[in-house]
Amino acid sequence: MEYSERVMEHFRNPRNVGEIENPDGVGRVGNPVCGDIMELYIKVKDGVITDAKFKTFGCGAAIATSSMVTELVKNKTIDEALKISNRAVAEALGGLPPIKMHCSVLAEEALKKALDDYRGRTSMPASGKPVRKLQIG
Amino acid sequence: MKKIYLDNAATTPTDARVLEAMLPFFSQMYGNPSSLHVFGQEAKHAIEEARYIVAQFIGAKQEEIIFTSGGTESNNSAIKGVAYARHDKGNHIITSKIEHHAVLEPCHFLEKQGFEVTYIPVDEFGLVDPADVKKAITGKTILISIMQANNEIGTIEPIAEIGKIAREKGMYFHTDAVQTLGHIPINVSELNVDLLSASGHKLYGPKGVGILYVKKGIRMLPFMHGGDQEQGRRASTHNVPGIVGFGKAVELAKEEMAKEIEQLTLLRDKLIKGILDKIEYARLNGHPAERLPNNVNVSISYVEGESMLLNLDMEGIACSTGSACTSSSLEPSHVLAAIGLSHELAHGSLRFSLGRLTSEEDIDYCLTRLSGIVRKLRAMSPLYKKEVK
Repeated sequence: MEYSERVMEHFRNPRNVGEIENPDGVGRVGNPVCGDIMELYIKVKDGVITDAKFKTFGCGAAIATSSMVTELVKNKTIDEALKISNRAVAEALGGLPPIKMHCSVLAEEALKKALDDYRGRTSMPASGKPVRKLQIG
Repeated sequence: MKKIYLDNAATTPTDARVLEAMLPFFSQMYGNPSSLHVFGQEAKHAIEEARYIVAQFIGAKQEEIIFTSGGTESNNSAIKGVAYARHDKGNHIITSKIEHHAVLEPCHFLEKQGFEVTYIPVDEFGLVDPADVKKAITGKTILISIMQANNEIGTIEPIAEIGKIAREKGMYFHTDAVQTLGHIPINVSELNVDLLSASGHKLYGPKGVGILYVKKGIRMLPFMHGGDQEQGRRASTHNVPGIVGFGKAVELAKEEMAKEIEQLTLLRDKLIKGILDKIEYARLNGHPAERLPNNVNVSISYVEGESMLLNLDMEGIACSTGSACTSSSLEPSHVLAAIGLSHELAHGSLRFSLGRLTSEEDIDYCLTRLSGIVRKLRAMSPLYKKEVK
């Protein structure tokens, strides 16, 4: 198993670590496969995600995918953010070892939960897809 | 950048003196020990000398040492070889829950073939209770296999006591000594073992060579069929350079082991104390005293093992972890589960295994870097914030 250069780069220098005070949405997910835990915070203004931060307990891939997903959602509309899949996160990182694909699913789930939380708070109609079941590979 | 190797339980560097002893046997004394001519005989002489050194070192007779390709082959040969040879006597094997996969997997394989295996649990320190072994013996038991020391947590098992029970009950007793040969004293008579496995590359010898001690009179079927090398007990042309290297590694261990035990124990205890003092919410895994001189295994709460390992690697420090994240099954270490660690604590485990080349400076460097890494990872851990605040 070997990580791509971009995974290692995000692992070494993770972007957007931390919490957002008074967030507009929070997604907290635990990985049933290996036990990793991820928390994602978003700030939304006029339907656009203006800031995203994360906290993660997990391996190199879990930290790198957390970091990448926060980068990917910034400046996206809610609808655009809902379309970000685990594969998109993995691809943006130059791929993940097959055994680590579940980490990208964790990142997608955290994002979907944060978006759901945001919609719940603002009582927007639920328009997005349901959170996908865990897929490995 | 500094490069500090603290993964000697995975493998050790081949000692320069070992390599030097091996080199002539590649292109100068390249004969096949089974050949009658001079080329063959000088190679034969070299492997017999190595066999003598090894036998002496563990209190065995020369003809009781079989050279193999390594620890995995030795363990497989001992377990399957005895199981098949003694199938007429019974089909029950006793082992422990914390054995290396090279013991557990042959046992699982035999279970599929109709053998029954009892996996003895261990206590919180990883110790097997000899009384549990005694209780597990049935009329159908044909073999007991308990490791001399655990490769992950370093706990040294009460082998002599278990061996005594095996002897009283007339059971064959095998021990996996891959982590112990050359690191702590071994005497097969004092340990009451009938079979013992060890590997060259764990004691500064080369990879690809091991030994199986088989006490005279023990029945076992060979694992490799072919020529009549090793008195028909292990076919295949001898790995002459490897065997010579094994012999040299044992010779060096004989001279240096006592001093090494003393030095490594000091460094080990310094590293353990340093981690427990410097890092909050850390615990030692394994036994505090009945422990290999080179083994440190700790669990650090709220951080995951692989991310610590990768960060340490970036600082030039090599170690290993029992985290689920680094195993191909995504299951945490079976050893850490057996001593009762929660999934989270197993997830945050690190093993540092010291060696001949480890210095006190290395330990200081490791301690400094590890504290910083744990601080950095905890700052991004959602668990730390919640539970510690």
